[in-house]
Amino acid sequence: MKSSNVSRRDLLIGSSALVAGAAFSTKVLSAAPPASAITSQLIDAAKKEGKVVWYTSVDLPLAEKVAKSFEAKFPGIAVRVERSGAERVFQRIGQEYASNIHAVDVANSSDAAHFIVWKKQNLLEAYLPEDVAKFYPAEHKDPDGTFASFRVWVCIIAYNTNLVKKEEAPKSFADLLDPKWKGKIVKAHPGYSGTIMTATYQMQRDLGWGFFEKLAAQNIMQVQSSADPPKRLALGERAVMADGNEYNIFQIKEKGGPVEPVYATEGSPLIVGPTGMFKAAPNPNAAKLFCNYSFTPECQQVIIDIGGLRSMHPQTKEKEGRTPFKDIKVMKDDPAAVEKMGDEIKAHYSKLFHV
Amino acid sequence: MTTEMSASSARLGFGFDASRPVLYAVAAVLCVLIVLPLSWLLLYSVTDAQGHLTLGNFYRLFTESSFYDPLVTTFIIATTSAILCCAIAAPMGWLVARTDLPFSGVIRALVTASFVTPPFLGAIAWELLAAPNSGLLNKVYRALTGAEQDQHLLNIYTLEGIIFVISCYTFPYVFVLVANSLDRTPGELEDASSILGGGRWYTARRVTIPLVLPALLAGGLVAFLQAMTLFGSPAILALPAGFHTMTTKIWSLFQYPPKPELAAAASLPLLVLTVLLLRAERMILGRRGYSVVGGKYGAPRLIPLRRWRWPAFVLCLVVLLNPVFLPYAALFNAAFSPVATTFLTFHNATLQNIHFVLFELSAASLALKNTVILGTTTATVGTIIALIIAYVTARQAVAGHRMLGFLATAPIAIPGIVLGVGLFLSYTRPPFVLYGTLWILLIAFVTIALPSAYQQLQAAFRTIHPELEDASRILGATRLRSLWQITAPLLRTGVIATWCFIFVGVMRELSAAIILFTSETKVISVLIYDLNESGDLGAISVIGLGMLLITFSVVIAVNRIPGFGTVRFRT
Repeated sequence: MKSSNVSRRDLLIGSSALVAGAAFSTKVLSAAPPASAITSQLIDAAKKEGKVVWYTSVDLPLAEKVAKSFEAKFPGIAVRVERSGAERVFQRIGQEYASNIHAVDVANSSDAAHFIVWKKQNLLEAYLPEDVAKFYPAEHKDPDGTFASFRVWVCIIAYNTNLVKKEEAPKSFADLLDPKWKGKIVKAHPGYSGTIMTATYQMQRDLGWGFFEKLAAQNIMQVQSSADPPKRLALGERAVMADGNEYNIFQIKEKGGPVEPVYATEGSPLIVGPTGMFKAAPNPNAAKLFCNYSFTPECQQVIIDIGGLRSMHPQTKEKEGRTPFKDIKVMKDDPAAVEKMGDEIKAHYSKLFHV
Repeated sequence: MTTEMSASSARLGFGFDASRPVLYAVAAVLCVLIVLPLSWLLLYSVTDAQGHLTLGNFYRLFTESSFYDPLVTTFIIATTSAILCCAIAAPMGWLVARTDLPFSGVIRALVTASFVTPPFLGAIAWELLAAPNSGLLNKVYRALTGAEQDQHLLNIYTLEGIIFVISCYTFPYVFVLVANSLDRTPGELEDASSILGGGRWYTARRVTIPLVLPALLAGGLVAFLQAMTLFGSPAILALPAGFHTMTTKIWSLFQYPPKPELAAAASLPLLVLTVLLLRAERMILGRRGYSVVGGKYGAPRLIPLRRWRWPAFVLCLVVLLNPVFLPYAALFNAAFSPVATTFLTFHNATLQNIHFVLFELSAASLALKNTVILGTTTATVGTIIALIIAYVTARQAVAGHRMLGFLATAPIAIPGIVLGVGLFLSYTRPPFVLYGTLWILLIAFVTIALPSAYQQLQAAFRTIHPELEDASRILGATRLRSLWQITAPLLRTGVIATWCFIFVGVMRELSAAIILFTSETKVISVLIYDLNESGDLGAISVIGLGMLLITFSVVIAVNRIPGFGTVRFRT
């Protein structure tokens, strides 16, 4: 993690902004742009463009809900959601930009490391929504104003309440290695999911690869997206999920689904999903408007209430019945390290799990 | 003789023989379609990430178990599926075409239905049915036997499960080839056998079966190659099962950072194997080609099944439970029930999935539009190209026709996903910057459709004796004119069937599309794959059923399905 040259240094400053509680350099190389409010000029310009293309890895029904709430507030601007796993979103944008195709307006990823790469490649527009400037804590916004934490959540264990009694449920990652769970665990894949990528980094750092080696011997069911294990759990296809989105579990549970979250005693991996817009956005004004809207208390309350996500906007309210964010023991996130170690993590994982 | 003919007809003033320019143009198109991406693949397979020449990719391929294991798995899957397909489809094809099986038209239509079902959709439906714990069939099993919660009858997430699902949606290839060939086999040869004292079964054994053998072998081969290069079903079932096939392995090599050089190397064994198999087929068949449609033959004879008529019919229906009835029921259940694998009742029925797809899923309408545009254009362009090539090779019209035939068959050996990469490499740089447009998908789909379209039409040509064309040529028509006036009408059914084949193929295609799509050029198959990734099974079911509806409407509108399902009332 030594800064050997200027660009790496930029990178570190950009990334460390996301590291909660990290003691990072206060020296800011370039100032953030002035904060921008939603003005009537911006709305008019956006309406002329008429649409915005949002690449995201957030669970699809929620993404469409956010899109619909935007369309209701700003009629005449259609949002097209392009949803797939974060690693595939990243691959897609890379592939498109390499061929000079600029289709994406706004991106939201569950692997914060992607924003480090995009920023390094000078693809991101510096655009600072008013709410981000005024309300978001420093560790949740890029000092250069190219991205901020649209959503925060944890990657958790959960179980199906029809199949597992509360007192028998696992309480920690170590519990998952109990032979009684053999063949009963579902788990997502770091090669497709940004959440799992981030989580795998934190878990191998804190628990060691030995944990995954033993988990691989548990005959797990491997799926791709971190949104999938909660759904398999709800179907009753497996009794326990080793990782997956807390927010999907909330959604299912609050609709009466038979699932229950578990916050592992070792700590749950912390996932941060930033949003930012691209310099070459085909609909630049609509992109700005959408970015800006994303961080308003209104939109943030939507992702909390409907989505089950956590918000860094202090004006939002947590929903009753969910464990407050401050009471959850989380592992420390480190997007810069994920950016560096990503390939290694995928390779090691594939070796252990054979897929 | 050919040249003399053209020369003489030109002299006689019946018009310029435009066949040559057309043929050379087609050859040029084929070269661009196939040689270009293949060259890029070859080049990539022998270079490392820095662009230096190396054989290191192949070394890794055959020494690292992460590459070697999928290769073996793929071979097992392809072989077993091909055998299974032949074992089921050949008797069914015979029952439908040559016996007095009741409602044979219905059976044909149901086989069409399984052909029209995209394999990835079938795989998802079978997840709903036979996932070990949540699968509907396993729930029924537990309810009936009182078995424990963690006991199951079926587990789709296994090698056997994948072979089963692949066979479900590959056997129609064999069925169609066998049934069509039997449809065309003339009664005269069998009559001759009967007149000479051969009984019905003797005739079947000594005349009919040998006549249909080329079609069966071709069918087995197509099934093998389909199973080998299929991406959709393994992509959905192999990952949860915890192993890779060659195609899913290759797909995983395109995860960031992409390793196209390894993917290219990994696809070459598949290419080599296919070439060898095609050669082997030719050696086995030797010169055993049969011209069975001439100017003077009659309709085939039907074998009475007597008391076996209804048991045979029921047997066919039982077979068709697997690719059609059960999966469709599962999709229907998932589309309207609140949780995908909860049994639908009047009390829990919901329209939430339909509402989501119609009013919330913002990518759906564009994907639908793209798919329909691509389906119709690919089918039209592909049929025309395949028709020309089939003619050239069947009639050996120009020097180098073998090469054309080989080029047209070659894409079958290239997994769609690898072709996708080859095309991606070819068409993302000047002078052809097509990535991001529908054109690149059109090229991919035409290339993928070409082998089976070509083989189908070539088979159709082979059964039409050149004597009819020759008669036309002798009377002074040019090659193109005799083609248009004599051959084309005889081929009409075959051509329409090929058009439908390609259209359906586009609906089924996922593997190349998943590399080549952009957000503006997404197709329905990719949309379904994306939905599957995050486990939105209800939405998939709605889109899947809608997609089947569209496919059926188009296929029925175009032709009332000759070759498959024209309900033929026979007595």
